[in-house]
Amino acid sequence: MKKFSPAIKLTPLLRDATKVTLKISEKAIAKKEQVSNFMTDIADVFLFILRIFKETFSRNFEFREFFYQCYKIGYKTLPLISITGAIMGLVLTIQSRPTLANFGAVSLLPGMVAVSLIREMGPVITALICAGKIGSGMGAELGSMRVTEQIDAMEVSSTNPMKFLVVPRVLAATVMIPILILYADALGILGSWAGANIKGDVTFGLFFRQAFRYVDFVDFLPAVIKSVFFGAVIGIVGCYKGYNAGRGTESVGVAANSAVVIGSLLVIIMDMIAVQITDML
Amino acid sequence: MTNRKSVIEIENLSKSFGNQMVLKNISLKLLNGENLAVLGKSGTGKSVLIKCIVGLLKSDGGTINVFEKNVTSISRQELGEIRMKIGFLFQSGALYDSMTVKQNLEFPLRRIKRDLSEIEIKEKINEVLEQVGLAEALDKMPSQLSGGMRKRISLARTIIVDPMIMLYDEPTTGLDPATSDEISTLINDIQKRYKTSSIIITHDIRCAQKTADRVIMLNDGTVYQEGKIEDFEKSADPLIKSFFI
Repeated sequence: MKKFSPAIKLTPLLRDATKVTLKISEKAIAKKEQVSNFMTDIADVFLFILRIFKETFSRNFEFREFFYQCYKIGYKTLPLISITGAIMGLVLTIQSRPTLANFGAVSLLPGMVAVSLIREMGPVITALICAGKIGSGMGAELGSMRVTEQIDAMEVSSTNPMKFLVVPRVLAATVMIPILILYADALGILGSWAGANIKGDVTFGLFFRQAFRYVDFVDFLPAVIKSVFFGAVIGIVGCYKGYNAGRGTESVGVAANSAVVIGSLLVIIMDMIAVQITDML
Repeated sequence: MTNRKSVIEIENLSKSFGNQMVLKNISLKLLNGENLAVLGKSGTGKSVLIKCIVGLLKSDGGTINVFEKNVTSISRQELGEIRMKIGFLFQSGALYDSMTVKQNLEFPLRRIKRDLSEIEIKEKINEVLEQVGLAEALDKMPSQLSGGMRKRISLARTIIVDPMIMLYDEPTTGLDPATSDEISTLINDIQKRYKTSSIIITHDIRCAQKTADRVIMLNDGTVYQEGKIEDFEKSADPLIKSFFI
């Protein structure tokens, strides 16, 4: 008869239990590190924003660089925004016309297009395009400057790179993107008039009057305010990602890509918040 | 030489990245008017050392006195004043891509020497371009320059503000032997003409032989050997000998 030995039976069980406990501990440590890294990133972003504020209101503002960035962001994005704005209005008109015609409400078409362009479509679509063009441009430009030590070179030659590179870009985006959005709205209405004339015959004067009969100041104001925030967010995200890019060339692509992805996502989230706030008022 | 005043004094400097300790209690001095070459294999912390001196990297411990001011504990403004006296030649040249050679040279000059007139700025630019032998490159973009030309322009941008200390980060890396020799000659010319004190980070032994008054070898984050280049040449140490093969 075999002798019963609990120790022999328990050893494999204890070994398995230890393995499981170790695995759980490793996973817990990895999760803790992930959470800790995420919190550090959030703190970094806040410190970055605080530094932008501090440098904006400190002495020796880089006006020349600010105007150059306004030119780059505004003028050089104009063709893209013009085409997008006009097509936005045209498509919206062509798509909405049959439905409105079914209800005998084609006369409401200019007003409907104008309100939807000014309140929602103009700001969001233009901001998303700007996040793609301007945000990625900033991320890639500052990222490559970081990788090739140009930002370090600026720092050692007693130039504050935050003041010279980041502040003018963020402010230029904050100023120019709302202007681009208003411009896109205007071209959208023009495109809408062109769309209305495909199957109808309406003068621009009449179309314009009908469009703005339904547009109030309360439609404009929230849209302009949220456009300013969209601009600031696109500028901050683009600059943050580029300025804090890693050391390898791969980091430039990562910075540009994440500037677009995070910038676009934040635009959508901020739009949702803005809509909720506007709805409550 | 030992009676000369030191312009940089480093005591027990340490720096790590994560768990990796790159510099382990390093102490060294740079004397006024000397060229000090810092030799060492890649990854021994040579570049980290000079980046700590100009405050681009924050050290974990120890002191770095530059002109008797500890750069590890001074304010941002004081650090800016110290940086005005230091010229830093980056390994990659770090020329501003979006600016012409002229704008690259104007950039530090207009920010550090604010009282200069337009004529004086123009004269200064011509002077440094002639010094590096590239007077014809004034309106070129950095992308139109060869590796050696980029290094020279970068050197011109560094000396344009009359620095008292020069920090060279691998000045001859990636250059052919002839161009490397030209850069080494330029380093000596700059020392003579502008009376600078320099730290030359390199693993190019020809550059060290040509430029160094004194040599320090770093290995594994510590000072492995210190002395004149002749002492290094005669050394039987396998690590030191490997640099002279």
